Amino acid sequence: MSILVITEHREGTLTRLSLETLAAALSMEKPVTAVVLGHSVGALASQLAGYALERVIALEHSLLLQYTPDGYCRALLETVQAREPWLVLFPHSYQSRDYAPKLATALGRVLASDVTGHRMEDGALVLVRQLFQGKLNADVRFAGEAPHFASIQAGAYRADTLPAGTAPIETVTPEIHAADIRTNPEAPFREAQRAVDLTAADVIVSVGRGIKEAENLPVVQALAEALGAELAASRPICDNGWLPMERQVGSSGQTVAPKLYVAVGISGAIQHLVGMKGSKVIVAINKDPDAPIFEVADYGIVGDLFEVAPALVEELRKER
Amino acid sequence: MNIVVCVKQTPARDSLLRVDAAGKWVSEDDLNFEINEPDAYALESGLQLKEQHGGEVTVLCAGPARAAQTIREALAKGADRAIHIAADHLGALDPLGLAKLMAAALRDEKPDLVLTGLQSDDLGYGQTGVILAELLGLPHATIIMQVEVEGGTLQVKRELEDGWFQHVAMPLPALLTIQSGISKLRYATLMGIKRAKTKPVRTVSAAELGDAATPVLEVARVYAPPRGKRTQLFDGDARESAARLVEKLRFEARVL
Repeated sequence: MSILVITEHREGTLTRLSLETLAAALSMEKPVTAVVLGHSVGALASQLAGYALERVIALEHSLLLQYTPDGYCRALLETVQAREPWLVLFPHSYQSRDYAPKLATALGRVLASDVTGHRMEDGALVLVRQLFQGKLNADVRFAGEAPHFASIQAGAYRADTLPAGTAPIETVTPEIHAADIRTNPEAPFREAQRAVDLTAADVIVSVGRGIKEAENLPVVQALAEALGAELAASRPICDNGWLPMERQVGSSGQTVAPKLYVAVGISGAIQHLVGMKGSKVIVAINKDPDAPIFEVADYGIVGDLFEVAPALVEELRKER
Repeated sequence: MNIVVCVKQTPARDSLLRVDAAGKWVSEDDLNFEINEPDAYALESGLQLKEQHGGEVTVLCAGPARAAQTIREALAKGADRAIHIAADHLGALDPLGLAKLMAAALRDEKPDLVLTGLQSDDLGYGQTGVILAELLGLPHATIIMQVEVEGGTLQVKRELEDGWFQHVAMPLPALLTIQSGISKLRYATLMGIKRAKTKPVRTVSAAELGDAATPVLEVARVYAPPRGKRTQLFDGDARESAARLVEKLRFEARVL
């Protein structure tokens, strides 16, 4: 009845979400084994061995130097079959989204993806996931035999209190052949340097789909000016080219934590929330009282942004 | 190039959702349905590739009778034909069960390229495409921003987190899941709408495709999320709400 946690690393560091996934596993009160994959991952394995785990498995192979879905699945299929875990947990990252469903399918299982919480009910694991971009929740359960597969959403568990310990490290060379790997990835890259550093702003006014058209942007620009704020946006606004990509907040844009974050016409899909929910004070303006943005907001105005934003500007300009 | 685009019909984005009586899904009575947004971009990518390289775009859609509307719209935009997997209760399937039906429906199609959106806006598992690739034995890549085909090779741009990207090459046939918002969606022309009426739609029932998969992942209950944070909400008159909010920000939160 053990749990395998598949960790991820970037530029020689374990990702924060990997540690949160370890926290999720440890809270299930079962023996936890952490797995790290790559080439020369000894230092990462040593770091993991410092947590209260049953074991750390380092899957070392030159063909794991670059992530590929075929290479990762080959290595992990062997590991899962050999260790027979009860549960395999992944960080719900762009990387695991790319291969974890393939691994589960190879074993006739389904990944419970993007999980935000869990509880045990009559000895069975119940996982919570979001539907409709966070507007509803669902409890899901595994119907078949172990091993089960699930991935953990960023920010759902806290990683800052991981208990310390000393876990033994096993280094394994999985059997992977170059011919198994059908995709050929190049090195990751970033596009143009960012001219706007939203992370330095004290106040951010962020605009979403609710603005409807590019012609309406002055409504939120005026609010940003009145608040002395930087203007930011959710993804659809930048995709449409209404504001430059460098002003995008969210999982594919910048992660910000200003003193005040004002979300205007943003429903609050998780991809946006992960980029701003660390803000000190969050204000949301949205016409839909059930919009998930109100889940993370301290203050909210339910109403038409085209009425509310100008009213706020007027109010802010009044003498104190 | 023989391109298959998998699309799903989902409730319109601004729908007011109510949990149904059984507590396992939403009540569909008053809902409007439309093409799942990321799938619209998968369709657009497929149509652009056909324009560049020739060939045919086939739309694959599983769903009840109402899905015919989404299929007709895809045909009107330029898809050549469609396969409709008639399935009344998609909710009774898990992503593996659905992907098995889709794989069975594609058995005789021999596609060079299969495209899906990166996730559905309703269930949001984000994995039907990857599962389908595994069932069809195809290489794949997810969250794709750009697709280029040179000879038998696919060159794609993948989105990674935090503003990073990556180019990946792979041989055809292959499967890609397409990111939302990567291009401008076309509208159907009047001529397209007219032509769509005569384009072939092959309807197959789930039973014909060997629908026997017992779900291994079950939805036990659907419910409104509990409010995690105490949000002070103002509604009603915009001016009044604005005044109260500014006062709170000044004297309670002290951020102004």
